[in-house]
Amino acid sequence: MSVSVPSLQRRRNFLQKIVFNVFRLASLINGLALFIIVYFIVAKGWKAINWTFLTQPPVDSMTKGGILPCIVGTLCLSIGAILIAMPIGVASAIYLNEYARPGPLIRVIRLGINNLAGIPSIVFGLFGLAFFVVWLKMGVSIIAGALTLGAMSLPVIIGTTEEALRAVPDTYREASLGLGATKWQTIYRVVLPTALPGILTGTILGISRAAGETAPIMFTAAVFFTPIMPSSIFDEVMALPYHIYVLATAGTEIEATRHLQYGTALVLIFLVLGMNLIAIIYRSRLRKRMQ
Amino acid sequence: MANKRQITERTMHTLFFVVASASIVMLFMIMIFLFMEGIPIFNEVSVKDFIFGKYWYPTSEPPDFGILSLIVASLSVTLLSALISIPLGILTAIYIAEIASKKVGEIIKPMVELLAALPSVVIGFFGMVLVAPFLQNIFNIPTGLNLFNASLMLAFMSIPTICSLSEDAIHSVPNSLREASLALGATHLETILKVVLPASLSGISTAVILGMSRAIGETMVVLMVAGGAALIPESIFDPVRPMPASIASEMAEAPFRSAHYHALFATGIVLFIFTLLFNIIADHIAHKYKQVGEATL
Repeated sequence: MSVSVPSLQRRRNFLQKIVFNVFRLASLINGLALFIIVYFIVAKGWKAINWTFLTQPPVDSMTKGGILPCIVGTLCLSIGAILIAMPIGVASAIYLNEYARPGPLIRVIRLGINNLAGIPSIVFGLFGLAFFVVWLKMGVSIIAGALTLGAMSLPVIIGTTEEALRAVPDTYREASLGLGATKWQTIYRVVLPTALPGILTGTILGISRAAGETAPIMFTAAVFFTPIMPSSIFDEVMALPYHIYVLATAGTEIEATRHLQYGTALVLIFLVLGMNLIAIIYRSRLRKRMQ
Repeated sequence: MANKRQITERTMHTLFFVVASASIVMLFMIMIFLFMEGIPIFNEVSVKDFIFGKYWYPTSEPPDFGILSLIVASLSVTLLSALISIPLGILTAIYIAEIASKKVGEIIKPMVELLAALPSVVIGFFGMVLVAPFLQNIFNIPTGLNLFNASLMLAFMSIPTICSLSEDAIHSVPNSLREASLALGATHLETILKVVLPASLSGISTAVILGMSRAIGETMVVLMVAGGAALIPESIFDPVRPMPASIASEMAEAPFRSAHYHALFATGIVLFIFTLLFNIIADHIAHKYKQVGEATL
């Protein structure tokens, strides 16, 4: 017995070493997947990027030229979506975190938010088509697409804002209330300014999420090709994600436009990952300062 | 003065409550409009024939509106992707939360977040132009756009969800449990497997269900990579046409408020119900087995 204990101990340690390496391998695979996808898009896409590509509309039935209308369209849609989702999302988070008391009501609201977050993007597209485009007679337009994307980003904004509000120490609130401020004054003058950086981080994440979505705008805002730049919110637009899809699956010359597809994908991930990276770095600094 | 303040107070409270209900209202509106545009198809086919009909030929004369092959396709890509994403997601979560040093964790976590941030159309494009030819050569199959490719791409879309939610669950296990286990002579590994994992099981289950819910609803990947054949698959290398792909690719050609248009909305209802079920189950597990302190373990 006394002889076997050390060998048993060794075996346990050995087993632990092996299993830990399996864990390590699993996380490496994730990093590798990200790296491979980004690597291929960058390696094959950067050759397509030049001044013409970024500043000109497509020409010759989209086999040449640039993607300027898509960039403009995607910016309009994602910023529009956030202008709609942010006020509603932030206000919802304030209610949930500052006003609401635990009970069945709040449980129902949270269940609603969770379910909204779980709805597939294509179902949002169907809803946008039936409600904004058809029923409200907005037609295929920036506003219909932005509203659809806004509805979809709502849970993200609520979630990140709530996190930012929770990070504000209760002592701040108590100090303000103790000085005779009302609840609203406390929220407006103390809680919100403190939470603002966190809320902005969430907003950046929301914009980047909206910019990359395709399914919700397929029926509500995006078109294959439009020669003109949008001049009002009731215009239809081209958009980066939809442009990739169209060129890769339905274009007249799928193989010949491959470099344009890679180039568009590169611009899209540059926008989306860039915004995410900014938000992630900013947030980790914020968290450190909070501690 | 005080009176005016009280009025402002009450107004703000009500205002915030009204805005906070927006999500619920939105959820109901989505249901109402889906049903409004989807239900008319059941004048043409019965619910049973719609769901269990094997033939989806919406543009033939007479048309066939049976979405069984689409449902089977959605379920099979989701299950196959779960076989990949569940182990990878949970192992990564354990690695970040329990094993990795703080520095390494701070590198891996953002990587998982960036993986989540990749637009689905980019992942679909990647699967289409790079993974598909690769699979075609390696396995010597007629097309690389198939169930397996779609599942693989979907797996990497649900891993971030599974990983970050599991990690939260593992983090919420009180440290005293770990310390008790280590003090009794258990190794780090034994502590993870026999103490930490059982204690965070409900959170991890929620994570898995939400990850699968994301996979079943994902559109662009299955639209571009799954192959698009509305047939019940016999092997993992068969092309399939999951529900979201069918809706996305056909809506543009379906005449407004035709039977085909309504059938696509009805497919949306089925998809919606699937994800709603996933979410309700996840919510149920999260609340029923909610961990309150150490006494509930």
